[in-house]
Amino acid sequence: MYIEIKNAVKTFYQKGKEFTALDNVSLSIEKGEFICLLGPSGCGKSTLLNAIAGFDTVSNGSITIEGKEVKEPSRKNVTIFQNYGLFPWRTVEKNVELGLEAKKVPKNERKEIAKKYIEMVGLSKFAQAHPKQLSGGMQQRVAIARAFAVNPDIVFMDEPFGALDAITRMKLQDDVLKISKDENKTIIFVTHDIEEAVYLSDRIVVMTPNPGKIKKIIDVKLSRYRERTNSDFVAVRDKIFEILNMKHEPDIEYII
Amino acid sequence: MKAILSIKTIIISFIVFIALWQLIFITSNFNEALFPSPLNVWNALVEMVRDGSVFENTVASMYRFALGYISAVILSVFLGLILGWFKGLFKYVNPIVQLLRPISPMAWMPFIVLWFGIGDTPAVVIIFIAAFFPVLLSTVSAVGGIDDIYFKVSKNFGIKQPHILWKVVLPTAFPQIANGIHLALGSAWIFLVAGEMVGSQSGLGYLIIDSRNNLRADVLLATIIVIGIIGLLLDTVLKKAEKFILKLWGVV
Repeated sequence: MYIEIKNAVKTFYQKGKEFTALDNVSLSIEKGEFICLLGPSGCGKSTLLNAIAGFDTVSNGSITIEGKEVKEPSRKNVTIFQNYGLFPWRTVEKNVELGLEAKKVPKNERKEIAKKYIEMVGLSKFAQAHPKQLSGGMQQRVAIARAFAVNPDIVFMDEPFGALDAITRMKLQDDVLKISKDENKTIIFVTHDIEEAVYLSDRIVVMTPNPGKIKKIIDVKLSRYRERTNSDFVAVRDKIFEILNMKHEPDIEYII
Repeated sequence: MKAILSIKTIIISFIVFIALWQLIFITSNFNEALFPSPLNVWNALVEMVRDGSVFENTVASMYRFALGYISAVILSVFLGLILGWFKGLFKYVNPIVQLLRPISPMAWMPFIVLWFGIGDTPAVVIIFIAAFFPVLLSTVSAVGGIDDIYFKVSKNFGIKQPHILWKVVLPTAFPQIANGIHLALGSAWIFLVAGEMVGSQSGLGYLIIDSRNNLRADVLLATIIVIGIIGLLLDTVLKKAEKFILKLWGVV
């Protein structure tokens, strides 16, 4: 297995009380998969993502990528955050070049790679703009370009579209889906949006809180490009509602 | 249009001020040597320009000011970045800084004269002390307030020290550091005059003492006005420079 999470446990101490964020979570992910970690807040989905990305460690259990224990973040596995994390004093182009600078890519090559990825996210016209001049959706596109520019193996996304309006969010979902398939990346995507998860994932890991654990893993057997109103699509959504106990039983009326 | 309007208000404000000054001069019966009229001061200023003393002393003052202020800014930003980064170290340094900060730089004057003698150095040291603490503390707090996400991103892309300090910490903290540098300019300029009143044989502060000794109230007031104008100019230039850099960096 490519990514292997075995019996991961994460406990915090809050005001002297023990709090279990992850309770015995095990999960295997294959190369090239698009995985969504889905659940309400407090279910440990972000904690799990942070642990796989190397920003945090688990209290117990193990997380390995290609057989190697995850200890710290690596530029082979890039994370995209909800609040973008762009450097405001750098232009779009310079932001995308950031990771390439650290990789010591020569200047000309850096410019070329940045250009390609800025074009990919449709921001060629804004290459010399600063992040402050862009809308939220455009800023997140820059972050996406910056992440893919270093040619990572895995891209982690922590509720990346949580701060965007619904229409921008849908557009960006399409973009991410296309880029991830074109570039053949493994994506681990955290969200609390059920439709987003169904639209994007190969597999959905449904998690529940108190303590945070995996409730069920759903294989989404739909074609790559999905229609949100299609009955198969709705059926998968329905299933998740059911798993999360969010379905209302219809009131049955008896007439005698 | 906006610029013209602001020039208009400035001119009116000065005319009213000078008129009031003249009115007090006419209605009160102070001796001219104690309370000079606007015309007296203007004549003194013309005299100072003619004999070149105003330029000579301004150059002497600016040299000391530049030396003290710029060296204080460089050293305090550098130390501030380090102390802001190593928060544990700052915990031990902070009590001493807080103890030294409220002491007027002038209190050190006897020591400064004993250690460095007279001449340019005392004024330079006084200016240095006046500028050092505000810039140091604003830099430390700016570094401490940097959003964690910048460090997460840097770590993720494998940016290492010292690049994190120059490529991430300094530009992120810059707006707040610039604010500290700006505030320090005012206090440093205030203490330039104080510093030159004690240890120097030239400069605008010296000119104040000199005109007092010669009972030249008109020269004294003319010098005070020159000090005010230069202070205002310095502030304006720095404000413009600050805005320009922030704009260049896309922060505003």
